[in-house]
Amino acid sequence: MLKKLFASIREYKKDTLLSPFFVTMEVLLEVTVPMIMADLIDRGVEVGDMDHIVRRGILLVALALCSLLFGVLAARASARASAGFAKNLRLDLFHNIQNFSFSNLDRLSASSLITRLTTDVTNVQQAFMMFIRMGARSPAMFLFAMIMAFRINSRLALVYVGVIPLLAGGLAWIMFRSYPIFERVFQTYDSLNLVVQENLRGIRVVKSFVREDHEVEKFGAISNALYRFFVKADRYMAGTMPLMQASTYACMLLISWLGANMIIAGDMTTGQLMSMITYTMQILMSLMMLSMVLVMVSISRAAAGRIVEVLDEVPTITGPVDGVAEVADGSIRFQNVLFSYTGDASSPCMFDTDLSIASGETIGIIGGTGSGKTSLVQLIPRLYDVTKGAVLVGGRDVREYDLTVLRDSVAIVLQRNTLFTGTIAENLRWGNADASDSELEWAAGLAQADEFINRLELGYDSHIEQGGTNVSGGQRQRLCLARALLKRPKILILDDATSAVDTATEAEIREALRREMPGTTKLIIAQRISSIRDADRIIVLDDGRIDGTGTHDELLATNAIYREVFESQTKGGDFDVNG
Amino acid sequence: MSMGRGGGRHNPAAQGRIRMDKESLRTLRRVFAHIGDGYLGRLVLAMGCIVASALVSVASALFLRVLIDEHIVPILLAGSRDLSGLASAIGAMGLLYIGGVASSFLYQQMMVSISHGVLRDIRNRMFFSMQRLPLRYFDTHATGELMSRYTNDADAMRQMLSQSIPHVFSSLLTIVFVLTAMLSLSALLTLVVFAVVAVMFFVTARIGGKSANYFSKRQKVLGDLNGYVEEMIDGQKVIQVFSRESAVRADFEDRNEQLFEHTDLANRYGIVLMPIMGNLGNIQYVLIAVFGGMLAMNPSFSLTLGGLASFLTLSKNFTNPVSQISQQINSVVMALAGARRVFRLIDEEPEEDLGHARLVKTDGQGDCRENAARSGACWAWETTGENGETRLVPLAGDIRLQGVNFAYETDKPVLHDVDLFAKPGQKIAFVGATGAGKTTITNLINRFYDVQQGRILYDGIPVQDIRKPDLRRSLGMVLQDTTLFTGTIMENIRYGRLEATDEEVIEAAKLANAHGFITRLPDGYQTVISGTESELSQGQRQLLSIARCAVADPPVMILDEATSSIDTRTERLIQEGMDRLMEGRTVFVIAHRLSTVQNAQAILVLEGGRIIERGDHDDLIAQRGKYYQLYTGMRSV
Repeated sequence: MLKKLFASIREYKKDTLLSPFFVTMEVLLEVTVPMIMADLIDRGVEVGDMDHIVRRGILLVALALCSLLFGVLAARASARASAGFAKNLRLDLFHNIQNFSFSNLDRLSASSLITRLTTDVTNVQQAFMMFIRMGARSPAMFLFAMIMAFRINSRLALVYVGVIPLLAGGLAWIMFRSYPIFERVFQTYDSLNLVVQENLRGIRVVKSFVREDHEVEKFGAISNALYRFFVKADRYMAGTMPLMQASTYACMLLISWLGANMIIAGDMTTGQLMSMITYTMQILMSLMMLSMVLVMVSISRAAAGRIVEVLDEVPTITGPVDGVAEVADGSIRFQNVLFSYTGDASSPCMFDTDLSIASGETIGIIGGTGSGKTSLVQLIPRLYDVTKGAVLVGGRDVREYDLTVLRDSVAIVLQRNTLFTGTIAENLRWGNADASDSELEWAAGLAQADEFINRLELGYDSHIEQGGTNVSGGQRQRLCLARALLKRPKILILDDATSAVDTATEAEIREALRREMPGTTKLIIAQRISSIRDADRIIVLDDGRIDGTGTHDELLATNAIYREVFESQTKGGDFDVNG
Repeated sequence: MSMGRGGGRHNPAAQGRIRMDKESLRTLRRVFAHIGDGYLGRLVLAMGCIVASALVSVASALFLRVLIDEHIVPILLAGSRDLSGLASAIGAMGLLYIGGVASSFLYQQMMVSISHGVLRDIRNRMFFSMQRLPLRYFDTHATGELMSRYTNDADAMRQMLSQSIPHVFSSLLTIVFVLTAMLSLSALLTLVVFAVVAVMFFVTARIGGKSANYFSKRQKVLGDLNGYVEEMIDGQKVIQVFSRESAVRADFEDRNEQLFEHTDLANRYGIVLMPIMGNLGNIQYVLIAVFGGMLAMNPSFSLTLGGLASFLTLSKNFTNPVSQISQQINSVVMALAGARRVFRLIDEEPEEDLGHARLVKTDGQGDCRENAARSGACWAWETTGENGETRLVPLAGDIRLQGVNFAYETDKPVLHDVDLFAKPGQKIAFVGATGAGKTTITNLINRFYDVQQGRILYDGIPVQDIRKPDLRRSLGMVLQDTTLFTGTIMENIRYGRLEATDEEVIEAAKLANAHGFITRLPDGYQTVISGTESELSQGQRQLLSIARCAVADPPVMILDEATSSIDTRTERLIQEGMDRLMEGRTVFVIAHRLSTVQNAQAILVLEGGRIIERGDHDDLIAQRGKYYQLYTGMRSV
């Protein structure tokens, strides 16, 4: 997992390696200071040698300045390394996601991908910086300080051998006990957020059922659970400081007592005793820092795992290397197509479909939820790949085309469609980046969107908010349609793309398409019979199979499902007047 | 570790340098008022423990002097081997240490329960206040923004309470104690310490200021990038359909590079501060050793070797808290900005409710009419007249709008002079284009919003005079956007009436035509659904929301028919369910289905916030007006 993750370090490898190096140098200098200090006291102060004091003093200041330099260098290197690492990680993630197919996207949902690219990367970045600085600093500090202490007085240094396992054991116990509780804390946090989020989304329901108190109670229960878990976990964590103090104090007392005895016995000097006390601090602090690094790294482990999962995800659809660069015409053929979203041929959602559509035909598709309408049309621009059989566009298997070429020729207006932050013109130009203003107007005109665009103060320069939330559903659908028309595709697929447009306007759209794009093959999925009754042919889908094909009149005469739908709609049908 | 997605949009540093201003102080006082409210005892205890713990750490440093000057040196000089004095000194110190560790333990535990407790209280209060806000507030505030009060802001407050504030307090104490101790040992050496601390302040001010500046810029760029990522990943399928991958990629690369540069700059200054501070501490240590050594050699300065040893340790204890305070103050100010947003939400003006009429159950006295026959209960409005006498008005479901004008924003009127009445049991259909004002009328009836001119009468009582909870309880709503909550299906239907029995819930589900699909689910009514994701189809969610309304059994219903694409079979189930639900009730329906309109006693055609036509289906067809055009699917030119 780490190997995959660290592959994103790339050009920041130098900084990544330099920062532990600089840190180690800094620590090395820091650790020699108390030793020289002991010498300054023993051979300078105690015997009254001013020269020695000055000489040692200059050396010490020089050491401290060097250590400062290394410290600054280490900080800069680690800052650059971690920021660069995060940059590359985000880039790699984003690049890989761009290559994802629809089935990749279905498996890893959008919201989870967003979390991975934002929060998770930030957490990993912090842990990485901690790792290359503190991860080097604390072991180095521990090691060097230990060596120094043993060199000064190995018998006295044995005190550490007694105290350190106690401290390390204590810290490990705290981590071991609190970690699982923290997991619960995070889960509870998620449920708390969920309650707030659902409450905000459903505030109309809450208020109209007068359920405010009920919601407060629900929130209170989770809030209390969060309180309980958090207190429990933090009670363990709060033991860290006292444990650390207890260890320090124990060392101080032992070293004072034993050290004093040794000094009296003439085995040690006062200066050495003072430096031993400094080393005690350094050793114990480094242990505590190490435990913090471990906690940080283990918390970010989950985030790292989620990131690697995205990096490891293999795009299921890629275009061939030398793909066919032109789509001959708008004809479509399905040959024994079997399709399953999971790729498992035993539970398909489309069975043995054979279908031939001539270039320029208008096809209506109708059928209940789950009948396979959307699956059928999504195979044409290769948003999914068939499990068995083949789909041919312009006489060639879709898998032979260059993906961009294929998708530029096959425009699909998705059921769940979206606009992006920017002006209306910018959004429309997604269909064709080089489209002139008059082309924009042409497309908007066909989609019956020109009227409302012109009514806007800024017209085509009006701002669209994220997701297109500042226009109505019907307007959004018409903009999405115009955007697709700008491709001037050979095949146009409308997947229930005008459901929020009123029937009259929808009829005008159909009429405009017939007039202006006669050569384009059109596939129209709809719930309303009125949307497709004029089509050259209508396909009735049921449970993943084609139940019938024909014109409106033919199907009325021969197809039971079609007749049933028709009757229900004319009897108690639509009266749809949404703008 | 941050619990939420750090957008950084509310970063106070974005407004310039981080500073403790009057507003922050007021917020801080309020935070303390919250602590005082129920946690005062624990707080006092914690403070006491902090004092004790700080004293012990100073005593620990001073002990070195005692050890060296009063025990080791005299013994060395005297050449005696009597260690009993030393042993008892160490024993006494040991006891002191035990006290120190105990008080530190106690204070840490206290702070845990105080900080989490206060936070829970504030969180609960915030949610409580939020539930009482008018709908306008929710319509004008983004969900994400409100969410971040519960995540980012609350989390920052918790850290401030559990860490920053006790740290600042203990650092301040330590500074005072250590300074006193240092002065008692050597005033001259204390000057050296001051000199170094002055340098530290200078460096912190210079670098820290820069870093805060870059940091706020970085937060902004990070927020922008995260927003971009959110939008693009959300629209990923559209990106692919339009083969825009490489364009989006290039765009992202630009933004990502920008973020890198800002992060690098911010970190360069931010992170560098720590090693500089640490090493300045080392330099100070060295300087003291050198100067102290010189002083110690000269008896006229009365600094002993032991005194020097103590001073060295003290000086370390002095610089740490100084840099601690400057760091913590920053995070306190940041957290206070979050606290201010939290308090602002708590202080937000709640939904106004001056109504006094209450919905009461009567024992069949008075005129109960059909709703008694249906639900077996008989409801009435209990109003209090000016002379204080109470009066019972039977709940019938008679609703009248008289000369109603309304605007969401003052200069953009949405409704003009709307008059309408619905007699008990009548079905009123609203027809018109999006934005014609259909939903607005329903928003006014249940008082999500209040009329600005004109009035609405409910069984003859102005709706403002009815207590909101009672008003809304009498009105059932099925909205187009079917919101469900995470929980079982049973719980979701019961949301309509919390005291409904399982049987009543199932009965309602049957009435709404939802029973069939529910029983086909593996866990039936106990199937857990989540509010935001969709295990259920749109149509099934609609059926559940109809069942939820059915279990509430209100005399008046407001229905917003769904336009979203639902397959014909489910559509028919919904239709039947709705029709059964509407039976015998006064119904306002925003209609999209022909059958609904045909069955309505009155159809109101709205355009631009005015009622332009009214009548039943046949009348309106005969009029050959707007309705006729809509009906025949033709559009006026």
